[in-house]
Order: sequence, then C-alpha cells, then structure tokens
Amino acid sequence: MAPDDRVQLLAPAGAELMRIGDVRPLQPFAPEVLAFLGELSEVLCADPRTRTLPDLYAFGFWCRRNSLEAMRRSYPEINRRLGRGLVFHIAPANVPVNFAYSLAAGLLAGNANVIRVPSAEFAQVGIIAEAIDDLLSASTHNVLRDHIRLVRYDRDEQDITASFSSTCDVRVIWGGDNTIDTIRQQALPSRGFDVTFADRYSACVIGAEGYLEKGKQSSVAQGFYNDTYLFDQNACTAPHLVLWLGEPGAVQRAREVFWSELHAQVQGRYALEARSAIDKWANALRYVALHAGSRIVEGQDNLITRVELKKLEPGIENWHGNCGFFFEYELVNLEQVLTIVSRRYQTLSYAGIDKDVLQNLVTSGRALGIDRVVPIGRTLEFALEWDGYDLIRTLSRLVTVL
Amino acid sequence: MIDLTPWHSLAPYALDSAAKKELLTRGLLDLTAHHTAQCQPYRKMLDAQGFRADTVSTPADIPFLPVRLFKQLDLLSVPLEDVVKTMTSSGTSGQTPSRIYLDRTTSANQTKALTRIVTAVTGAQRMPMIVVDSPAVIKDRALFSARGAGILGFSIFGRDRIFALDDSMQLDIEAVARFLDKHAGSPVFVFGFTFMVWQHLYKALVTSGRKLDLSQAILVHGGGWKALVKESVSSAVFRDRLKEVCGIQRVHDYYGMVEQTGSIYMACEKGHLHASTYSDIIVRRAHDFATAQIGEPGVIEVVSVLPGSYPGHALLTEDEGVILGEDDCACGRLGKYFQVHGRIKSAELRGCSDAYAASADHPAKRPLYGA
Repeated sequence: MAPDDRVQLLAPAGAELMRIGDVRPLQPFAPEVLAFLGELSEVLCADPRTRTLPDLYAFGFWCRRNSLEAMRRSYPEINRRLGRGLVFHIAPANVPVNFAYSLAAGLLAGNANVIRVPSAEFAQVGIIAEAIDDLLSASTHNVLRDHIRLVRYDRDEQDITASFSSTCDVRVIWGGDNTIDTIRQQALPSRGFDVTFADRYSACVIGAEGYLEKGKQSSVAQGFYNDTYLFDQNACTAPHLVLWLGEPGAVQRAREVFWSELHAQVQGRYALEARSAIDKWANALRYVALHAGSRIVEGQDNLITRVELKKLEPGIENWHGNCGFFFEYELVNLEQVLTIVSRRYQTLSYAGIDKDVLQNLVTSGRALGIDRVVPIGRTLEFALEWDGYDLIRTLSRLVTVL
Repeated sequence: MIDLTPWHSLAPYALDSAAKKELLTRGLLDLTAHHTAQCQPYRKMLDAQGFRADTVSTPADIPFLPVRLFKQLDLLSVPLEDVVKTMTSSGTSGQTPSRIYLDRTTSANQTKALTRIVTAVTGAQRMPMIVVDSPAVIKDRALFSARGAGILGFSIFGRDRIFALDDSMQLDIEAVARFLDKHAGSPVFVFGFTFMVWQHLYKALVTSGRKLDLSQAILVHGGGWKALVKESVSSAVFRDRLKEVCGIQRVHDYYGMVEQTGSIYMACEKGHLHASTYSDIIVRRAHDFATAQIGEPGVIEVVSVLPGSYPGHALLTEDEGVILGEDDCACGRLGKYFQVHGRIKSAELRGCSDAYAASADHPAKRPLYGA
C-alpha cells in the first residue's frame, strides 16, 4: 500500500507502512518478544499516568516477563510452531486497552501485526503507543521494529481495510456482529482466515449455601461490580442473568445479601445517566408486558434494576440491557441452565459453587455455548484462551515432521 | 372510560393546586382502572410492579410508562374496530414511530381540550390562518404524522387557510403578502413548528431582504428546539428576531407530544409553559424517579385525563425540564408552570461496541463484541 495521509501511524514513528508484509515469522514465545513485552510491562507499570488508569495497569501487569514465561509452559509443542505471518487486528472502538492484548497475542504467537486502534483518542492508547515507539527505537528491540504497525484510520475508509486485508494471513476482528459483517466485505488471500469476536452474552450462577458460608460477600460484590458496572455492563463478559441454586430459604437470604452488598458498591461509585435509568425502566416494563408472572423487584433507587423471571426460557439473551439491568431466576437444578444456553453464551461466572461441577455441566452437558467459566470478579481478565479460541495455536501454524 | 364533563366545564387554568390534585388523582385512578381492565400488557406491567390503587394519593403515585413503549408495543384499550385514527410520531430515520390508537371518544376529547386550551390564549374567534409549512405534509391523510396532525389539529382555529411554503419548502412571499393585504385590519393566526418558522420563515425573510407585516398576527409554534439550540437561538432571541423581520408581537410556544395530543402546554405572555386542568407536569429525579422539588431539573413526566383508548395517561418523556412554580405565575394562570430544557442526552457507554445499534426495535442497545 502506498503511503496514505488517511492512515495515521502511531508506532513505530517513521516506519514504512507496508514493509511489514515481508517479515519472517518467529516461534511462539520467542525470547525477543518476551524481552520486548516484559520491558513494555515495566515501562507501563512505572508510568505515573498508569496509576489513574486501572485498565492500563492491568495490561502492564498481565504482560510481566514472569507471567509470560508461565504462559509458555502450556505449549509443549512450541518447537514445531511458527507464526502464520501477518495478522491484521481490528480493535473494538470503546475498550481502550483491548488492542494491546490483541497485539501481544499476535506477537507471542510469532507474527508481524497491523493493529487498527480505536478512533477515539483514549489516553491509554497514546501512552501504550508512545511506550512501544520508544522501545522499538532502542537497539535492544530494533529486531521487532517491523513486527508492529499501530495505525488509526476512519472505519468508513473501506479501501484501507481492503488493502490490509488483502495481504494478511489472519484477520482478528473485535467489535461485534455489525463490524464483522462490514469488515468481511473485504477479501482475504486464499489461505487467510478471520478470527472473530462477535456479540456474546454472559450469565452468572451463584450457589446460595456456598456463597453464604464462605463469607467475603463484600468482595464478591466488589468483583461483581467490576464485572458489570465498570464497563456499563456493556462488555460481552458482563453477566446479564443471575441464576440462583440452592434451598429456597438459603436462596432468599443469599439474594438479599448479594443485592444489598452490590448496592453498597454501586452507590457513590457509579454515575447513572438519566437516559440509562429510563432505558432500564423501559426494558423492564417491556419484558413484563410480554411475560406474565415475571416481577420487577422493587429497589430503593435506579442503580440496580432487577426483573425476576417467572420461567427460564431460551432467548433471554435477546433482552439484555446495560448499566445495571439484571434478570434473575431461582434454578430448580443446575441442568436447567442447559435449556437456555445458545451459541451466544460466552462467560459463565460463579460464586459459592464448585468449578468442576460447572465444567462438567458445560462439557458433559454438551452445552451449545459458554466458552469461559470464571469466578465472579475475574470476567474481564484477558487470557490467551479467549472466546473459545486458543489464540497462540490459532495464530500460529504447526510444522509436521515425519 | 371516564366522563370528562367536569374538565370540559372548567376554565383551563382555573384550579389551584389542592383542587387540581384531588380532581386529577381521581381521574387518573379511574383511567388506570379502565386501562388495567382493557389492556392486557398494561395490566401485566402494573402487576409486575405490585401496583395497588389504594396506595395512590397524588398523580405522581400513578405508574408511568416511558413514552418509547408506544414504539415497541401495541398498546390499546379499545377493540381494534373502534380505532378511528392511528397517530404516529415522526420518529427520526431508522426508528420505529410511536403508534397511538384513537377511538371516536378520545379523538373528540382531544379536539375539545385543544380548543379550550388554545382559545384561552388566542380568543374564540376564528382568524385567517397562515401555516408555516408545505401543503405536502397533510396530503396523505391515511398516515397521521405528528407534523400533519399538529397542522390539522390547529387548523380548527383558523379560516381561509394558506400554506406559506411550497412543496420544496420555499417561502412564497408574494402569496403571503397578498393574503395579508386581503385580510388587512384583521388579526391573523400563524401556526408552525418552531424549526420551520425559524428556518423557512425567519431566515427566508432575512435572505430576501423583504419584510412582512405580521404586527396584527398571533404566532403559535411548537416542537423541538434542538436545531435552534445548536445555533444558540433562545426563546427570547427567537421572539426578538421574528419581531425585527415581521413585527410580530404575540408569540406563543407550546409543548406537547403525539402520545398526549390535545392536552398541550401553552406558553403565557411571560414565556412560561403552563399545565391546564386536563393535564399536569411532574419532574422526576433520574436517580430514583422520586419527584423533584420546584426549581430542580429532572426528567419530565406528563399526565393527562384524555387518553381513554390507549394507556397513555401517565408518560415519562425523554425530555429534561424544570417546574418554575405553581399557581403563582405573573400571568395570573393557576397550575404549574415550567420550562423544557430539551432532550436528555444519549448515554455514551463504555464497553465493547464499535457502534451502537440504538434501534428502538431492540430491547437494548446492543453491545458489539466483548472484551
């Protein structure tokens, strides 16, 4: 692609945009990549601006050298793997740091990477781009200079997307069904393929007895707050449906404790906009207008909106709201979950319940969806296994030697 | 359905706060009972909140529906064969419009209430009428858009009606001037939507350099201020500038919506919007939907005794406003008077989405992708 003033190159500054196409692959977890990301981690964690940006800190913490070394140990066949070549990443517009995880996965798998960062000028994007640019200018990391192109361009400039698409080996699309449809208009090379992160739906299951016995209800509430309100309950990992398991008396008590602890977290921390308050109320009314017997649970304010389901039915994922809008249901048994789980289900978070039981539910129960089973409070933690993909193995190729 | 005789026999601004509260609460309770019996989705919405009529002591205790539900659900309290008119809001592109179902009685009550509210300001005499719009808007009567319905509704206050704009929205100055000549010496009724008046009457006059003599006219205008706010045109500026180009002195804004046609809120000589006996304004805090104090901005709820054929007697709008006072406006009218600040701004959500499909057909903004 010719130099184009519509494409802003954030890092590395002054690099030739398309030289990246000829770069040869690395093995996954290559020492130079570990050194680079490890130092990026140090730079970011030491940056004073990071203190006020918890998502940036979380990324810095995630790519610590030690933690990357630990990840490497899950890949025993690493010596037979190589990066696929060039990965073109389309980052989501409203999650400032996501692009960095996508880049890290691409690098760790052994690839060169073009990353389209969000068009909104988030501070986090600037700070990461600046750090990457500095590191790549140093002689220690110069070897990776042509493995990274952080670009920004208008999403309507389809010919630019077409140009990057036509030369990449894998295209990673974050950003939901509409974005995926749009990007897919642009052809890939014959051997190229897409890794797509589409619209997903997430739920939460709480074992009442376990939850009540364990104590720590306040930290569960804090974790649940982070899982949901931190991103306006608009991340695909955020639960919209809370399922309760246990004896009716215990469930009753657990529900009271859980929601009142959550309210204590939300109050004072979360700024509910007027529009969102109306949205939530309208959603709740619309649901109950069409589903007799379901109940809107009275709350002291609009911070938490809850609708208690009369029946657990498939399709509940089409009713999700944002900004603290929850459906809840008391399960008769855990297997009931399988009656509603569709392909759109991504994360099942839990508390007060044994994770092996849940793993068994999903796998032995042959669930159509659910790719992640994680404790409440950890739904946003990025991992190299995401949305049902093993990113390292997906973004690398296997060399067969007989 | 409820008998509106008490309201139709009262002067529109005659009730003080205590008397109004009593009459209105009773009317709204009767309507709530009627809609609960006749409209199944409405009953389910009340049941789901555990609503009990015996807990109601003021209009603010009546359950309210967000106005957008009329875009998403078919809500009516009469058999479909009794529906004589279906009103639709002129939703912005891509949005499903509201559908408001009117039977003969509700429609007649709307006309009666509108007449009584408007003539309290304009006087009972029908005046030669200039509509600041294009005749194209009302040509298709099968579909009552808010704009068309507004023009037809207000046309009962005029005679000899002309449209000031042609089909391509150009001001026909000659035609208007001839019309004014013909009716020289008589007061003229000018009606239009705020934006149309500004864009196609005021600006067209400025551009042409011509002046029209509307010093004997009375202008009633309504509809959103959004476009004007963008140009920093306040209500006062609007009046002043219009006066400069056409000498018009009597200008009355009104606030109303297709979901509660008839019981509109007219601005008085002081520029304050007033609630008539048919309806009332409640301002709520977004945080918990509790009622706000006088002077405290919040989300506007409108209640009205007119909606009999659809459960729209208590509606939470998407507008923000403030109640300025009650029973003590300098114009002398009783009841609440208030100001509308405009649409509540859209929430800018964090989260995974590249673009929100903010479609009203969807129960929610769809998050696009998850991180």
